[in-house]
Amino acid sequence: MDEKKKILEMLAELRPEFDYENSSNFVEDGLLDSFDIVSLTTMLEEYFKVTIDGMSIVPENYASVDAILALVKSSKGSN
Amino acid sequence: MITNFSGKKISAMLGILPETIGHFDDEIGNYSFPAQQTMRLKKVMGYNQHRLSKETSTVSDFGVFGLNYILQNGWIKKEEIGAVVVVSLCPDYFVPHNSNIIAGNCGLGDGVICLDIAQGCCGFLIGLMQSFMLLDHLPNKKVVLVNGDVLSHKISKRDRNDYPLIGDAATITVVENDASAKSIYYEMHMDGSRGGALKIPAGGFRMPASSDTAKMQDLGDGNFRALDHMHMDGSEIFNFVQTDVASMLLNVFNKGVAKIEDFDYFFFHQPNRFMLQKLAEKVGIPKDKLFMNLVENFGNPSGASIPLTAIYNCRESLLNENKRCCLAAFGSGLAWGVMFMDIGNLDYCEMVESNL
Repeated sequence: MDEKKKILEMLAELRPEFDYENSSNFVEDGLLDSFDIVSLTTMLEEYFKVTIDGMSIVPENYASVDAILALVKSSKGSN
Repeated sequence: MITNFSGKKISAMLGILPETIGHFDDEIGNYSFPAQQTMRLKKVMGYNQHRLSKETSTVSDFGVFGLNYILQNGWIKKEEIGAVVVVSLCPDYFVPHNSNIIAGNCGLGDGVICLDIAQGCCGFLIGLMQSFMLLDHLPNKKVVLVNGDVLSHKISKRDRNDYPLIGDAATITVVENDASAKSIYYEMHMDGSRGGALKIPAGGFRMPASSDTAKMQDLGDGNFRALDHMHMDGSEIFNFVQTDVASMLLNVFNKGVAKIEDFDYFFFHQPNRFMLQKLAEKVGIPKDKLFMNLVENFGNPSGASIPLTAIYNCRESLLNENKRCCLAAFGSGLAWGVMFMDIGNLDYCEMVESNL
């Protein structure tokens, strides 16, 4: 499956009440709180088989699908 | 502060639990978040069950129960006790002090030093530090170190970020002089400028408790709590653990004080599973030597978490063998520290339930 589609699927599973495709910043728009970020991190780690460094678990890396994908790719590089 | 202690050892450890168990699945309805979202946190954070004391039970009740248990079972004689050190965030009163209350109720004489220390998650390391220093002046005595908190009384039941994690418990550790004991490395850091990350705003002299401070409100994150309740800024604490605590550990392992492979056990304070797992990954601590099961079984009991982890997971081996242990704690203050010491061949090590 396309990586971006998979991330959107995870977001929908996490918070089905929100429309992630029309948000420019998931965290600032209130679509993800810090506990959602923790849950999403474990979902990303399990699906993409990566370990996300604790220092990378910051709001800006979860602001958009592109940012999340970049986080996954950088985590692949550092594992 | 970085120092070494010599000629000190732990000779006995007792864990005291309240008998009431709160189950996360039963509490989900208290929170204002979608159940599916909350359930997902169960595995990630280690939300499962936690021990809850009765509303009327206090830390001194746990201390009296534990110390009487120790005395009645012959672990220690009254006349051997030189000091009672209590580390807690939950005083029975402003005056008198928990240590005096415990000593008085257990019939210890007036020659026993009673000392309360107000510390949270680093309470075991700070309590050991104080006990070691006292023992330098009590050559033929033992120190009874009580770590305990009943913080469930100070957490809103409608606060999903904090309530599922917290657990009530106490531990008693007997500390004594032993000329043959291996040197103990100790490092402790404190930064009061970030103290607001873990705070109970009301109830002290700055903001006395009142009907206003008891009012429940949504403080913007979907959790309902009052100013009388404890609040943890999860993001700030997470960043603190990933930066300051990780740096301290990496530094101490990289500068040659000790190597990770030197240790049999890593007994760390346990705020939640996710935070501890990320710390272990960053520092490179093998997961089979770092115990992360306290929150899911008992909740986070603040300063009692390290001894409770040791008793719950390693009772048999600590009774029968000597183990090289790395203890690390971090939390309110903010404070963070590490201690390397041998623990083992204990005279006694036990977990008991109370009706408190």
